[in-house]
Amino acid sequence: MNTTPSTHQTEITSDPDVPLVRITRDFDAPPAKVFRAHTDPELVVQWLGPRSTEMRVEHYDCRTGGSYRYLHTSDGNEFGFHGCFHEVRPSELIVQTFTFEGEPDGVALEKLEFEDLGDGRTRLVATSLVDSFEDRDAMLASGMEHGVREGYERLDELLAG
Amino acid sequence: MPADQLSQVFSALADPIRRDIVARLAVGDATVNALAEPYDVTVQAVSKHLKVLEDAGLVSRTREAQRRPVHLEAEVFDLMTKWIERYRRQAEERYRRLDDLLRTLPDDTEPTPPPQTGAHR
Repeated sequence: MNTTPSTHQTEITSDPDVPLVRITRDFDAPPAKVFRAHTDPELVVQWLGPRSTEMRVEHYDCRTGGSYRYLHTSDGNEFGFHGCFHEVRPSELIVQTFTFEGEPDGVALEKLEFEDLGDGRTRLVATSLVDSFEDRDAMLASGMEHGVREGYERLDELLAG
Repeated sequence: MPADQLSQVFSALADPIRRDIVARLAVGDATVNALAEPYDVTVQAVSKHLKVLEDAGLVSRTREAQRRPVHLEAEVFDLMTKWIERYRRQAEERYRRLDDLLRTLPDDTEPTPPPQTGAHR
Protein backbone atom coordinates (compact mmCIF):
# COMPACT_ATOMS: atom_id res chain seq x y z
CA MET A 1 0.00 0.00 0.00
CA ASN A 2 2.92 2.30 0.57
CA THR A 3 4.00 4.10 -2.55
CA THR A 4 6.01 6.86 -0.90
CA PRO A 5 9.78 6.74 -1.40
CA SER A 6 10.20 6.70 2.36
CA THR A 7 7.94 7.10 5.35
CA HIS A 8 9.14 9.15 8.25
CA GLN A 9 7.89 8.82 11.79
CA THR A 10 6.18 11.72 13.44
CA GLU A 11 7.38 11.90 17.04
CA ILE A 12 5.56 13.61 19.87
CA THR A 13 7.34 14.65 23.04
CA SER A 14 5.90 16.33 26.08
CA ASP A 15 7.75 17.70 29.06
CA PRO A 16 6.97 17.06 32.73
CA ASP A 17 8.20 20.48 33.86
CA VAL A 18 7.12 22.84 31.08
CA PRO A 19 3.70 22.80 29.35
CA LEU A 20 4.91 22.14 25.85
CA VAL A 21 4.37 19.62 23.09
CA ARG A 22 7.11 19.01 20.58
CA ILE A 23 6.63 17.33 17.20
CA THR A 24 9.66 16.11 15.27
CA ARG A 25 9.42 15.00 11.66
CA ASP A 26 11.89 14.51 8.77
CA PHE A 27 11.13 15.40 5.16
CA ASP A 28 12.67 14.34 1.86
CA ALA A 29 13.04 17.92 0.70
CA PRO A 30 15.60 20.64 1.33
CA PRO A 31 14.93 23.25 4.07
CA ALA A 32 14.14 25.99 1.52
CA LYS A 33 11.29 23.93 0.13
CA VAL A 34 9.85 22.84 3.49
CA PHE A 35 10.12 26.45 4.62
CA ARG A 36 8.26 27.69 1.53
CA ALA A 37 5.44 25.23 2.18
CA HIS A 38 5.06 26.97 5.56
CA THR A 39 5.17 30.57 4.33
CA ASP A 40 3.32 30.63 0.99
CA PRO A 41 -0.42 30.73 1.84
CA GLU A 42 -1.33 28.98 -1.42
CA LEU A 43 0.78 26.05 -0.31
CA VAL A 44 -0.17 26.20 3.37
CA VAL A 45 -3.88 25.62 2.59
CA GLN A 46 -2.96 22.41 0.80
CA TRP A 47 -1.70 20.62 3.88
CA LEU A 48 -2.25 22.44 7.18
CA GLY A 49 -5.97 21.95 7.77
CA PRO A 50 -7.53 18.55 8.43
CA ARG A 51 -8.93 17.07 5.26
CA SER A 52 -12.52 17.13 6.47
CA THR A 53 -12.33 20.89 6.82
CA GLU A 54 -11.94 23.62 4.28
CA MET A 55 -9.22 26.14 5.04
CA ARG A 56 -9.67 29.75 4.01
CA VAL A 57 -6.81 32.19 4.50
CA GLU A 58 -7.81 35.74 5.32
CA HIS A 59 -4.24 36.97 5.35
CA TYR A 60 -0.91 35.23 5.79
CA ASP A 61 2.03 37.59 5.97
CA CYS A 62 4.85 35.32 7.03
CA ARG A 63 7.71 37.68 7.79
CA THR A 64 9.14 39.08 11.03
CA GLY A 65 6.45 41.36 12.43
CA GLY A 66 3.73 39.97 10.15
CA SER A 67 0.50 38.25 11.11
CA TYR A 68 -2.02 35.70 9.89
CA ARG A 69 -5.66 34.75 10.19
CA TYR A 70 -7.36 31.75 8.68
CA LEU A 71 -10.64 29.91 9.05
CA HIS A 72 -11.49 26.25 9.07
CA THR A 73 -14.96 25.34 7.91
CA SER A 74 -16.32 21.96 8.93
CA ASP A 75 -19.99 20.88 8.70
CA GLY A 76 -21.10 24.50 8.36
CA ASN A 77 -19.16 25.61 11.45
CA GLU A 78 -16.38 28.14 11.14
CA PHE A 79 -13.37 28.20 13.41
CA GLY A 80 -10.99 31.15 13.30
CA PHE A 81 -7.30 31.11 14.14
CA HIS A 82 -4.89 33.99 14.23
CA GLY A 83 -1.45 34.96 15.41
CA CYS A 84 1.68 37.00 14.80
CA PHE A 85 4.98 36.07 13.24
CA HIS A 86 7.61 37.19 15.70
CA GLU A 87 10.72 36.00 13.95
CA VAL A 88 11.03 34.55 10.47
CA ARG A 89 14.43 33.51 9.11
CA PRO A 90 14.36 31.91 5.64
CA SER A 91 14.92 28.15 5.65
CA GLU A 92 15.76 28.22 9.36
CA LEU A 93 13.18 29.41 11.81
CA ILE A 94 9.63 30.62 12.33
CA VAL A 95 8.52 31.88 15.75
CA GLN A 96 4.82 32.65 15.88
CA THR A 97 1.87 32.89 18.22
CA PHE A 98 -1.29 30.84 17.74
CA THR A 99 -4.77 31.57 19.07
CA PHE A 100 -7.95 29.59 18.51
CA GLU A 101 -10.63 32.29 18.44
CA GLY A 102 -13.03 30.06 20.38
CA GLU A 103 -10.62 30.59 23.29
CA PRO A 104 -9.47 34.14 22.62
CA ASP A 105 -7.51 34.52 25.87
CA GLY A 106 -5.42 31.43 25.19
CA VAL A 107 -2.26 31.68 23.16
CA ALA A 108 0.45 29.24 22.21
CA LEU A 109 3.99 30.24 21.38
CA GLU A 110 5.14 28.12 18.46
CA LYS A 111 8.69 27.62 17.28
CA LEU A 112 9.37 25.85 13.99
CA GLU A 113 12.98 24.92 13.42
CA PHE A 114 14.12 23.70 10.00
CA GLU A 115 17.27 21.67 10.38
CA ASP A 116 19.31 20.84 7.27
CA LEU A 117 20.09 17.11 7.35
CA GLY A 118 22.01 17.25 4.06
CA ASP A 119 21.19 15.19 0.94
CA GLY A 120 18.10 17.33 0.38
CA ARG A 121 16.50 16.34 3.66
CA THR A 122 15.11 18.44 6.48
CA ARG A 123 14.21 17.84 10.10
CA LEU A 124 11.32 19.95 11.31
CA VAL A 125 11.05 20.48 15.06
CA ALA A 126 7.77 22.17 15.96
CA THR A 127 7.38 23.19 19.60
CA SER A 128 4.12 24.56 21.04
CA LEU A 129 4.37 26.19 24.45
CA VAL A 130 1.21 27.11 26.34
CA ASP A 131 0.79 28.70 29.77
CA SER A 132 -0.66 25.84 31.78
CA PHE A 133 -0.58 22.06 31.87
CA GLU A 134 -4.38 22.10 31.52
CA ASP A 135 -4.04 23.90 28.18
CA ARG A 136 -1.30 21.52 27.11
CA ASP A 137 -3.60 18.58 27.85
CA ALA A 138 -6.50 20.24 26.07
CA MET A 139 -4.22 20.62 23.07
CA LEU A 140 -3.33 16.94 23.17
CA ALA A 141 -6.97 15.97 23.65
CA SER A 142 -7.99 18.03 20.62
CA GLY A 143 -6.28 15.43 18.47
CA MET A 144 -8.92 12.90 19.40
CA GLU A 145 -11.80 14.30 17.40
CA HIS A 146 -10.05 14.30 14.07
CA GLY A 147 -8.17 11.10 14.71
CA VAL A 148 -11.43 9.21 15.18
CA ARG A 149 -13.23 10.70 12.23
CA GLU A 150 -10.62 10.60 9.59
CA GLY A 151 -9.09 7.18 9.74
CA TYR A 152 -6.38 5.88 7.54
CA GLU A 153 -8.18 5.67 4.18
CA ARG A 154 -7.46 9.30 3.43
CA LEU A 155 -3.82 8.71 4.10
CA ASP A 156 -3.70 5.78 1.72
CA GLU A 157 -5.46 7.91 -0.84
CA LEU A 158 -2.86 10.63 -0.44
CA LEU A 159 0.02 8.23 -0.53
CA ALA A 160 -1.23 6.69 -3.73
CA GLY A 161 -1.34 10.13 -5.38
CA MET B 1 -10.39 11.75 32.10
CA PRO B 2 -10.21 15.32 33.44
CA ALA B 3 -7.35 17.41 32.13
CA ASP B 4 -5.58 17.74 35.47
CA GLN B 5 -5.56 13.99 35.87
CA LEU B 6 -3.80 13.69 32.52
CA SER B 7 -1.21 16.17 33.79
CA GLN B 8 -0.70 14.03 36.86
CA VAL B 9 -0.30 10.96 34.69
CA PHE B 10 2.31 12.73 32.57
CA SER B 11 4.36 13.89 35.52
CA ALA B 12 3.98 10.53 37.26
CA LEU B 13 5.49 8.84 34.23
CA ALA B 14 8.31 11.36 33.89
CA ASP B 15 10.42 9.42 36.39
CA PRO B 16 12.41 6.44 35.06
CA ILE B 17 11.84 4.28 38.16
CA ARG B 18 8.11 4.90 38.01
CA ARG B 19 8.04 4.09 34.31
CA ASP B 20 9.87 0.87 35.10
CA ILE B 21 7.44 0.03 37.90
CA VAL B 22 4.52 0.53 35.50
CA ALA B 23 6.19 -1.70 32.92
CA ARG B 24 6.65 -4.46 35.49
CA LEU B 25 3.10 -4.15 36.78
CA ALA B 26 1.85 -4.57 33.23
CA VAL B 27 3.01 -8.18 33.55
CA GLY B 28 1.12 -8.75 36.80
CA ASP B 29 0.34 -7.46 40.30
CA ALA B 30 3.24 -7.30 42.75
CA THR B 31 3.87 -6.34 46.37
CA VAL B 32 5.86 -3.27 47.35
CA ASN B 33 8.71 -5.46 48.57
CA ALA B 34 8.87 -7.38 45.31
CA LEU B 35 8.80 -4.13 43.36
CA ALA B 36 11.59 -2.61 45.45
CA GLU B 37 13.92 -5.57 45.03
CA PRO B 38 15.74 -4.70 41.77
CA TYR B 39 16.34 -1.06 42.71
CA ASP B 40 19.11 0.41 44.78
CA VAL B 41 16.58 2.33 46.85
CA THR B 42 14.67 1.69 50.07
CA VAL B 43 11.22 0.12 50.21
CA GLN B 44 10.12 3.45 51.62
CA ALA B 45 11.34 5.27 48.51
CA VAL B 46 9.47 2.82 46.29
CA SER B 47 6.38 3.38 48.41
CA LYS B 48 6.67 7.09 47.69
CA HIS B 49 6.87 6.39 43.96
CA LEU B 50 3.79 4.18 44.26
CA LYS B 51 1.93 6.95 46.03
CA VAL B 52 2.58 9.26 43.07
CA LEU B 53 1.37 6.57 40.64
CA GLU B 54 -1.67 5.94 42.85
CA ASP B 55 -2.58 9.64 43.02
CA ALA B 56 -2.42 9.78 39.24
CA GLY B 57 -4.85 6.87 39.09
CA LEU B 58 -2.31 4.64 37.39
CA VAL B 59 -2.13 1.99 40.09
CA SER B 60 -4.32 0.83 42.94
CA ARG B 61 -3.56 -1.04 46.13
CA THR B 62 -5.88 -3.32 48.01
CA ARG B 63 -5.99 -2.73 51.74
CA GLU B 64 -4.76 -6.12 52.89
CA ALA B 65 -2.56 -5.20 55.85
CA GLN B 66 1.07 -6.09 55.09
CA ARG B 67 0.64 -7.77 51.73
CA ARG B 68 -0.86 -5.14 49.55
CA PRO B 69 -0.41 -6.16 45.96
CA VAL B 70 -0.10 -3.22 43.58
CA HIS B 71 -2.35 -3.35 40.55
CA LEU B 72 -1.92 -1.43 37.30
CA GLU B 73 -5.02 0.45 36.20
CA ALA B 74 -4.51 -0.34 32.56
CA GLU B 75 -7.57 1.64 31.47
CA VAL B 76 -6.16 4.95 32.61
CA PHE B 77 -2.85 4.17 31.02
CA ASP B 78 -4.48 3.16 27.72
CA LEU B 79 -6.62 6.26 27.61
CA MET B 80 -3.62 8.53 28.04
CA THR B 81 -1.66 6.64 25.42
CA LYS B 82 -4.61 6.97 23.07
CA TRP B 83 -4.77 10.72 23.53
CA ILE B 84 -1.15 11.13 22.59
CA GLU B 85 -1.35 8.59 19.80
CA ARG B 86 -4.30 10.36 18.23
CA TYR B 87 -2.58 13.70 18.48
CA ARG B 88 0.46 12.12 16.88
CA ARG B 89 -1.63 10.54 14.15
CA GLN B 90 -3.21 13.88 13.36
CA ALA B 91 0.22 15.48 13.04
CA GLU B 92 1.37 12.51 10.97
CA GLU B 93 -1.56 12.93 8.63
CA ARG B 94 -0.83 16.64 8.25
CA TYR B 95 2.81 15.99 7.49
CA ARG B 96 2.01 13.30 4.95
CA ARG B 97 -0.02 15.89 3.11
CA LEU B 98 3.06 18.10 3.32
CA ASP B 99 5.21 15.21 1.98
CA ASP B 100 2.84 14.98 -0.93
CA LEU B 101 2.98 18.68 -1.63
CA LEU B 102 6.77 18.81 -1.36
CA ARG B 103 7.03 16.11 -4.01
CA THR B 104 5.04 18.23 -6.45
CA LEU B 105 6.89 21.48 -5.79
CA PRO B 106 9.45 22.48 -8.41
CA ASP B 107 13.01 23.06 -7.24
CA ASP B 108 12.85 26.72 -8.10
CA THR B 109 14.04 27.95 -4.74
CA GLU B 110 17.69 28.70 -4.13
CA PRO B 111 19.39 25.65 -2.68
CA THR B 112 20.77 26.22 0.80
CA PRO B 113 24.56 26.58 0.80
CA PRO B 114 26.50 23.48 1.84
CA PRO B 115 27.32 23.47 5.56
CA GLN B 116 31.13 23.46 5.18
CA THR B 117 32.23 26.66 3.44
CA GLY B 118 35.26 27.30 5.64
CA ALA B 119 37.81 26.12 3.02
CA HIS B 120 36.79 28.74 0.46
CA ARG B 121 37.91 31.95 2.01
